[in-house]
Amino acid sequence: MPLSYYLILSAIMFLIGILGVLLRRNPLIMFMSLELMFNAANLAFVAFAAYHQALSGQLFVFFVMTVAAAEVAVGLALMVAIFRTRHTIDVDELSMLQG
Amino acid sequence: MNLSNNPLLWVTFLPLAGALLVALLPDARRSWIRWTAMAAALATFAASLWLLAGFDPSSGQMQMVIQVPWLRVAGISIDFALGVDGITLLMVLLTAFLVPLAMLSAWSGVRERVKGFMILFLLLETGLIGVFLALDLVLFYIFWEFTLVPMYFLIGLWGYSRRIYAALKFFIFTMFGSLLMLLAIIFMGLQAGTFNYTDLLAQRELFAGAQLWLFFAFALAFAIKVPMFPLHTWLPDAHVEAPTAGSVILAGIMLKMGAYGFLRYNLPLFPEATLRAAPWLAGLAVVGILYGAATAFAQKDAKRLVAYSSVSHLGFVMLGIFALTQQSVAGGVLQMVNHGLSTGALFLVVGMLYERRHTRDMAAYGGIWKVVPVLGALMLAVVLSSAALPGTNGFVGEFTILLGSFGAPALGTPWFAGLATVGVILAAVYLLHLYERLFLGPLTHEENRQMPDLNLREVLILVPILVMVFWIGLYPQPFLDLINPSVETLLQSVLPAAVAMH
Amino acid sequence: MTAETLFPLVPWVVLIPLAGILINLLAGRALGERGVGLVASLAALGSFAVSVLLAVGLAQQPEGQSLLLARWMSIGSLNVDWAFRVDTLSVTMMLVVSGVGTLIHIYSIGYMHDDTRHNGDPARFRRFFLYLNLFIAAMMVLVSADNYLMMFVGWEGVGLCSYLLIGFWFEKGEAGLGNARAAKKAFVVNRIGDLGFLIAMFTMFWAFGSLSFGEVLPRAAEAAPAVLLAITLFFLLAVTGKSAQLPLFTWLPDAMAGPTPVSALIHAATMVTAGVYLVARSLPIFAAAPAAQSAVLWVGALTALFAATIAVAQTDIKRVLAFSTISQLGFMVAAVGMGAVVAGMFHLITHAFFKALLFLGAGSVILGMERGHERHAQAHDGHHGGFDPQDMRFMGGLRSRMPVTFWVYLIGGLALAGVAPLSGFFSKDEILAAAEQVSPAVFVVLLIAALLTAFYVARQLALVFFGQGRSEAARAATESSPVITVPLGILAALAAVGGALNLPGSHLLGDWLHHTVEPLVEAGFNPLTAGIALVIALAGLGLGWLLYGRSPLTRAEEPDPLAVRLKGLFTWLRRKWYVDEIYNALFVTPYTRLSQMLAGPVDQGLIDGVVNGAGGMARLLGNLGRSLQNGYVRSYALIMLVGVALIFTFLLAR
Repeated sequence: MPLSYYLILSAIMFLIGILGVLLRRNPLIMFMSLELMFNAANLAFVAFAAYHQALSGQLFVFFVMTVAAAEVAVGLALMVAIFRTRHTIDVDELSMLQG
Repeated sequence: MNLSNNPLLWVTFLPLAGALLVALLPDARRSWIRWTAMAAALATFAASLWLLAGFDPSSGQMQMVIQVPWLRVAGISIDFALGVDGITLLMVLLTAFLVPLAMLSAWSGVRERVKGFMILFLLLETGLIGVFLALDLVLFYIFWEFTLVPMYFLIGLWGYSRRIYAALKFFIFTMFGSLLMLLAIIFMGLQAGTFNYTDLLAQRELFAGAQLWLFFAFALAFAIKVPMFPLHTWLPDAHVEAPTAGSVILAGIMLKMGAYGFLRYNLPLFPEATLRAAPWLAGLAVVGILYGAATAFAQKDAKRLVAYSSVSHLGFVMLGIFALTQQSVAGGVLQMVNHGLSTGALFLVVGMLYERRHTRDMAAYGGIWKVVPVLGALMLAVVLSSAALPGTNGFVGEFTILLGSFGAPALGTPWFAGLATVGVILAAVYLLHLYERLFLGPLTHEENRQMPDLNLREVLILVPILVMVFWIGLYPQPFLDLINPSVETLLQSVLPAAVAMH
Repeated sequence: MTAETLFPLVPWVVLIPLAGILINLLAGRALGERGVGLVASLAALGSFAVSVLLAVGLAQQPEGQSLLLARWMSIGSLNVDWAFRVDTLSVTMMLVVSGVGTLIHIYSIGYMHDDTRHNGDPARFRRFFLYLNLFIAAMMVLVSADNYLMMFVGWEGVGLCSYLLIGFWFEKGEAGLGNARAAKKAFVVNRIGDLGFLIAMFTMFWAFGSLSFGEVLPRAAEAAPAVLLAITLFFLLAVTGKSAQLPLFTWLPDAMAGPTPVSALIHAATMVTAGVYLVARSLPIFAAAPAAQSAVLWVGALTALFAATIAVAQTDIKRVLAFSTISQLGFMVAAVGMGAVVAGMFHLITHAFFKALLFLGAGSVILGMERGHERHAQAHDGHHGGFDPQDMRFMGGLRSRMPVTFWVYLIGGLALAGVAPLSGFFSKDEILAAAEQVSPAVFVVLLIAALLTAFYVARQLALVFFGQGRSEAARAATESSPVITVPLGILAALAAVGGALNLPGSHLLGDWLHHTVEPLVEAGFNPLTAGIALVIALAGLGLGWLLYGRSPLTRAEEPDPLAVRLKGLFTWLRRKWYVDEIYNALFVTPYTRLSQMLAGPVDQGLIDGVVNGAGGMARLLGNLGRSLQNGYVRSYALIMLVGVALIFTFLLAR
């Protein structure tokens, strides 16, 4: 299969992720959308790595996966903390940082 | 070079050491805190006298210079450089003299957060002395900005009702001016490859092309600090809201930083621009003299009146500096000291009245000379010194300034001095008005009848100032001997250079 | 004792009064009233003794000497010293100041004892003598200075004493503030004059490079005419301030708010003559500027006339004397303006005698009235409000109640009117003789002034001493104590025979002053002018007698006979030609308005408005940015996305 198929799939996944982050109000879904964007990037990395026969792209995917895992851990912890104090995790309710 | 023997270091950092010491004391031990701070301030004064003893008054050059490489930024060395000449010395002496007195005035005025107050006060003293002694432009700038911080908190934490507004206005107004100065300093440093004052002075041709702009950048910072008309409006607000001790230091010393900056930086570094700007700045100074006097007359708040009188008095200093004659500049330097003493004393007396009656409104007083004869007599002496009565310090300063400006070639016309002399009349008008409203006439308020006269501490605050007032008034020669060689050196560096550059 | 040993004593004329201040300041409370008065009087006497010794020295070495005490200030080419000048002119002034001063000190012991009790604060007795000694010291600095700047120290120093003493009862006067206001007015008006003195000194320094008499005066003629004119005209401004001449005379009548010995010493005999001394001292400069000379001459002559017209309509016993002083100072200023220095100084001395006498006599009358008031109030157990012991309408008939005061007052009054052979006759005649030589117009003006002088003297004598008492207080008045009447007697003797100083033919004073100043006009005794002057004086007295003495007033409410004849004009005279009102409208009110406008709309509105406006601009910008920060994560993400998209588009399109 040509490289462009992978890249188109990656772009679609990324777009779905963006829309998910922008449109949904539940942070869990937003996290999942974020994961989708990460994986879109990962897919592009892997596709290019195979195309160029270079290992560094595959290597980066592992980095991204670890960072994403760490980020989800921090994010979920934040969610729990926020839910304990505010009794909601609807992001539209969390606008206290407005100027 | 054995630095521990150099009084410059001691006089600069003794207050800082005192502040650290005070910080270690427990909060509740107020009298320990007060006395430790006082000891540090007195030790600084002793160090300043040591400095005086080691000073050679016959030379107008920088003396006891300390120069240690400090930082290197972009290949340009920033030195820790201090030095003293006659003008600097007088400013340092004035600072070290006024700080203990101001501190003493806060003995009863400041009852809360004594520790913080004393720490900030001592930090302020280090900053002020550093401004006067610094011989490296970056170091100077650091000290210059550093003084803002303690004063900001002194006004903002221990001030009166509108203290936050006043503190913020003070901070932002003066900060605004100094930013342009910072740009000018960086520009000069990059051009000449050094920030050292002495080196910059020797290579001032390097930035001669831009000197009008550089002059303006420095002048803006200094003119705000002085303050010159029309950049003065932060002053009344800051004074009115500041605690007494803060007002004394603000009027007595911080305003002198501006005038000192003009003398130390603007004149020698940018001689040609100085000559070109002289009539304009002298004109602003004269406007300031008359404007300050007229506005002071209309005030109802005693402290505001004194604050506006500062605008008028500092106008004389600026006129003297930009008339660029030996007499006028020397008179200007002396008048800087005089204003510190007289206006400082005025603020102290108003503060003493405030402590008794908790109002600064002049209408709440009247006829109290009968009740507080000692305070009345001392206030009269202070008022007269501020009104430049011959025999007091103010006269020697104003007379020499006006005499020197009258025929000054840099100004070209006697009108500047002539109009400024009208300020002498107006000064009598507003000062006698102040005295009349507070002390003369019938006793109109019953609550004033029980007002206590001065206690020993308050007499001890005012008497040293009055001794200086009459000393400078009757026998100013020792002070002039300190000033003269430095002013001569300064003018020799300004005038021929300016002519040569034409 | 030789001149070399005597001249170095000169600093003591200043230091002895200062020592008196120090003693009274430190030990005054322990000394008590008598002690304080004694110390102060001895200090003045000591100053007088030193002045006499200096005069003895000058008799041997009449050219005098300058003595350096210390360097005062030295900056570049400016060198000013604390240095004293001993010559016939300065020592003459010293003798007058300390001599009359000593007598007034003694008189004040008695006067202030009563006055402090009448005003309800006996503790202020000491303060009075502190001020009085300070005045002697300052006046001595003024007359003994060897340079203009030191003279200026005395010049403003006496102004300060004047301020302090006018405001001595600072809680009294109209609305409780009258005295304090009068004091302030005196100081400020004097400061206007001092502006002239300062600018004259600046001009002098840049023209001559010095301020010392010894260097400036001999070279006076070298300077450019315009410079000389500037110096002299600015000095004239100083003279009009200190010596209460047109147009700055308005402070002196108000200065009568001070205790009467002050009016006698400061506002009649000594301080106000400082302007005359200044012109006499600077005569070489004035001689080189003829235009300025005639300006001085006319200012003096017009003041003499102007003030005399006001004096005839006043009802306050001290105000009459105040305007009379202004008028007589006008004579002196006119004299020195003509260059007739000897005549001017002669009149200065005799005037010091007879005007001090008149003021102290008036003080005695006031005390007598107050005693009468109190006796009457006690007898009738009633409290009379609004009693003014200085209003002549309530007096009358005091000749029999206070005989000593009457006789000395009569001598003083006649001397003032210029009746031969009292002192005023000779000195005034010298001025008139000089005027007759210099300018007939001035001569006529001065003659009219002399006529009015005699007239108001007669009016005052008639209203105060003749007729019958027009109030209970006047009917119950009593004579003053010897501590008051003895100095009056001495002054009366001096006022009577003071003319002997410069009798026609002997010219004692003239020869004495010749060693220091060379008069431009030598006014010999002229029998014709003397005769005219005498006739004029007698005519004035006769006219006054016709109006006031022949049928004296019987009730205080009766209209003034002069008012009946002059009608509207009299109101103008009584209100002092409305000069105070004009000045208020022209200067005081506009300045107050201006300062209020500057302090309010201009300073707080415009200038601070711009400052706060700049702050407001920053706030406005901040508010713009603030609306972007809505707190919704999604909008931040969208902005980020748009940003990223824009950057990519830019990178791709490049």
